[in-house]
Amino acid sequence: MWKWLHPYANPEVSYHFTGRLLPWFSALAAILLSVGLVWALLFAPADYQQGDSFRIFYIHVPAASLSMGIYFGMAIAALCSLVWQLKLADASAAAMAPVGAVFTAIALLTGSAWGKPMWGTWWIWDARLTSELILLFLYLGVIALHSAFEDKNLAGKAAGILTLVGSINLPIIKYSVEWWNTLHQGSTVSKLGKPSMSLEMLWPFLFCFLGFAMLVAVIVCYRFRNEILARNSIRPWVRDLVSAQANHK
Amino acid sequence: MQFNSFSEFINMGGYGFYVWLSFGVSALLLIILFFSSKAGHQKVINNIAKQKQREDKLREARELRKQQANSAQNNTEHATN
Repeated sequence: MWKWLHPYANPEVSYHFTGRLLPWFSALAAILLSVGLVWALLFAPADYQQGDSFRIFYIHVPAASLSMGIYFGMAIAALCSLVWQLKLADASAAAMAPVGAVFTAIALLTGSAWGKPMWGTWWIWDARLTSELILLFLYLGVIALHSAFEDKNLAGKAAGILTLVGSINLPIIKYSVEWWNTLHQGSTVSKLGKPSMSLEMLWPFLFCFLGFAMLVAVIVCYRFRNEILARNSIRPWVRDLVSAQANHK
Repeated sequence: MQFNSFSEFINMGGYGFYVWLSFGVSALLLIILFFSSKAGHQKVINNIAKQKQREDKLREARELRKQQANSAQNNTEHATN
């Protein structure tokens, strides 16, 4: 396996490999999201209690679970970078942080806009909402640390340690609805075995979820490639690429 | 199709404001993130190009100075001869 994985630790190979993946990810994201969102907004049945406000679910839940998924990915990258000093792992963690922050913000904002009509309040300091807000602050801290040092290795180390310490927050978010009394409802989709949701509502959710996941892949690829170029700016292959693509003013 | 008319669709069973607020804010944030990430490529390329220009200029200046120093040395040698 190491023999197979080894070439991908080379920045130039990774740069071109992600470049080849991008059009596929983009096409999948566009197709899945347009089908999923049209289905969610127009064809999925309204909830018998929540009416049409339930359609917020199709953004809120994918955004919330991706905000945790991206953090999980970032934590694995941070671990690889701290233990094996993989520079590319650092670059990928730096690429994921802003994307995760935006998805966390979306989860919080859509949750707020859903909470107002359903619970009667925009915000409540309960376990699920507060721990998700802490996730946003963790992301912002990681982004700040990545840009706080001129030396990218040092920045990666500092951000990586924060990422790993902060990963304790992930199980807290996940189980907050079971451990504490809260207004937030429990999980409906990811229950092992059978989800407590009708298939008419579940299918558009799967399209939306995979579509958003592909969108994450697309944006992370773009940012990862930018990080690789910025961190390898003195390498000859980057120099060649730059002289081919630079805008000469 | 769950809605009979366009205005019914916009109204979202009375929850229109909250539904469209959620979808609007999410779309706005994702569009900004997507295009800023995409535009980051040209930005990095231009930064490296600038850095390269600066290095080239420094190298030229260094070589020029070396040449001048050499010719000055030659001149003084000629003068003493």
